[in-house]
Amino acid sequence: MDFGLSEDQLLLEQTLRGFLAEQVPIERVRELREKDCPNDRAIWNALAELGVTGVLVPEARGGAGLRLLDAALVSQSLGHAVTPSPFLASSVMAPVGLASLGGAECDGWLEGIAAGTQVFGVALNELHSVREGAGVSLDGGRLRGKSLMALDAYGADLVLVAVGTDTLAVVRHDAPGVETCRLTTVDATRCTAELVFEGAEAEAVFEGAGGVATRMLEAGRIVLAADTLGACEAMIEQAVAYAKERKQFDRLIGSFQAVKHMCAEMIAELEPARSLLWYAAHAFDAMPDEAPLLSCHALAHLSEIGREIASVSTQVHGGIGWTDEQNLHFWFKRIANARHLLGGPEALRARAAELQGFAKAS
Amino acid sequence: MDLEIDARYDAFRQEVRDFLAEHRPKGPIGLGQEEDEHRVHWLSLLIEHGYWGRTIPKEYGGYGAEPDLLETVIMDEEFNKAGVPRGMAVQGPTMLVPTLLTHGTEEQRKRWIGPTMRGEIMWCQGYSEPGSGSDLASLQTSATEDGDDFVINGQKIWTSSADHAQMCFILVRTEPEARKHEGISYLLLPMDTPGIEVQPLRTMSGDIGENSFNQVFFSDVRVPKANVVGKRGEGWKIANTTLKHERATLNANAEGTWMRLARLMQSETVGGVSLMESPVYRDRLMRLQARALSMKHHGMRMLTCSLKNESPGVAGLVVKLQNCQLSFDMAALAIDVMGELGALYDHSRYERERGYWQAYSMFSLGLIIGGGTAQIQKNIIAERGLGLPREPKPARA
Repeated sequence: MDFGLSEDQLLLEQTLRGFLAEQVPIERVRELREKDCPNDRAIWNALAELGVTGVLVPEARGGAGLRLLDAALVSQSLGHAVTPSPFLASSVMAPVGLASLGGAECDGWLEGIAAGTQVFGVALNELHSVREGAGVSLDGGRLRGKSLMALDAYGADLVLVAVGTDTLAVVRHDAPGVETCRLTTVDATRCTAELVFEGAEAEAVFEGAGGVATRMLEAGRIVLAADTLGACEAMIEQAVAYAKERKQFDRLIGSFQAVKHMCAEMIAELEPARSLLWYAAHAFDAMPDEAPLLSCHALAHLSEIGREIASVSTQVHGGIGWTDEQNLHFWFKRIANARHLLGGPEALRARAAELQGFAKAS
Repeated sequence: MDLEIDARYDAFRQEVRDFLAEHRPKGPIGLGQEEDEHRVHWLSLLIEHGYWGRTIPKEYGGYGAEPDLLETVIMDEEFNKAGVPRGMAVQGPTMLVPTLLTHGTEEQRKRWIGPTMRGEIMWCQGYSEPGSGSDLASLQTSATEDGDDFVINGQKIWTSSADHAQMCFILVRTEPEARKHEGISYLLLPMDTPGIEVQPLRTMSGDIGENSFNQVFFSDVRVPKANVVGKRGEGWKIANTTLKHERATLNANAEGTWMRLARLMQSETVGGVSLMESPVYRDRLMRLQARALSMKHHGMRMLTCSLKNESPGVAGLVVKLQNCQLSFDMAALAIDVMGELGALYDHSRYERERGYWQAYSMFSLGLIIGGGTAQIQKNIIAERGLGLPREPKPARA
């Protein structure tokens, strides 16, 4: 029995963190937030060379053919560095979907994903939350309707869209009848969009794909939880470092129990959550029956402790933590935005109860 | 990540199952004096088959096997499933025996370990004092030299089982002029020595549960100098090696408790409707499930570190704090689920599960405080785990 990371996984994490520290330091993130789309293609191409974009793409399609735990570690590093990237949609949710759907077209897209030349967004929000009358339907082979908070869809080449609950479609971003509007959130490092379809033609339509869409959501939830875990880690590191250098009342503030207990509470929440996340990510491949429940719990739990850690870390910094200049808000906002992207904690827990037969399916 | 247990352990698991099928005791194994014979028989049988005192050398009364954590996990799983205690989780075997194995003389090991493991000798632990709780090293109970003896005077508190223990392992101050951590010695003391008075200390949970607490008063109690464990003046260091052990063993079976809570929510009704139907209570139950699963898998991660002989670092330091709070929070939901009937106690009419959840709530609160309070745990996590500075000592007036 070995409940932990392998040498390869530790190396992957170390390599990626080194790369991000050098290539995408926080100063670079500050520049990217001013852009129309923060998902920078140069960074993405460099990540493709590291093998990161195709982490889940089968080796036969030019990817690394690794497992969801590996993707979760990548996501954790991206969250740790608040790197803007379409990793969640293009390297996790889309490949999980496309690999299951199969066929020559999907194989081609998978190759494009691994190479970094084709970036995918996903528009599955209405599978778990319908607001503003959103929803996409097929009408004579053409897409109509709209989808909100589509992940990484702005600036993407293609989008995997949920049509109703049982069909998936792939659409080009520049196809006639497709309009993509960026929906600006507090988090400048993650790109969400509204997609409006007015008789758009799909590249491919996959019926009976409800199960595939569910697996995409499970993978997305676990990997998004990992992003929050990484962001939390960074916030704790910064709080601890600050508490070791900031002096008030002639003492390092970290020597005050009020402050050190805040730090202890943050790490005491984080470490068991890391164990939960590892297990959930492992289960996705090794024990897929457990993945529906664990993906809900992993994301809901990380979202809950994430909000607390984001707040407490900022408080450890005092007033300076509240400034733009200190940068801490990038992590705070990353965590805040992620909280509701693939189902908020309440909805995920309601789903967890249904999955165990504790409540009727809604 | 590989969560399979190697097939070579299958035979061992079967062996444990066969043993339990054949020897499983009918009644509970009590710790009181009146149950001596029954207890000694059961523990001796366990030692003989290697399910208790497994890694203790034969010459000291153990089974003499090589340490193997997975065997321990399998034994615990199978005994838990059968609802049978695997040995006796009291302070003699869990605290004193490891101490003697590390620091005791050959004579002390031969004399005490076997009878302690077999339950022939029950021990109590004389550590805390009314004035020395979190700051245990400030303890004042004194032991002054007189010929071949020490003479002990002072008071201990929170002394579990002192009312029926035959022996006490005690921390006393033998060098009053030394610095606070350096003047303490670790002694073994028969409880029938003249000058010892035991007074029961009734806790908030009343008579429920097996833990009886006491205060113990010492007036001119004589103990031979040969009863020191390790070197005189090194008692603090010696005690600390086993205090760590105590914190590690304060581990709740979080998932099992959560399942019991879920069953309660399904069976309990208000207005004829199951509490599980209520989205409000259900949401709380799901929040707790995520925490219980976190602690379960965190335990697997800690176990892996032990198997690999790696230090888990700060991840290991948080276990006691998180488990104890989780236990308390689960009890709190259970009590809320029962509503106005949740406070029923002491065999009252309509009481559920014989008052289990109220008792569990109070017991968990005790665990949050005992074995190092939550606040002390947070200091340890912050200082040893995160490297934050210690609080400066106040300037002496």
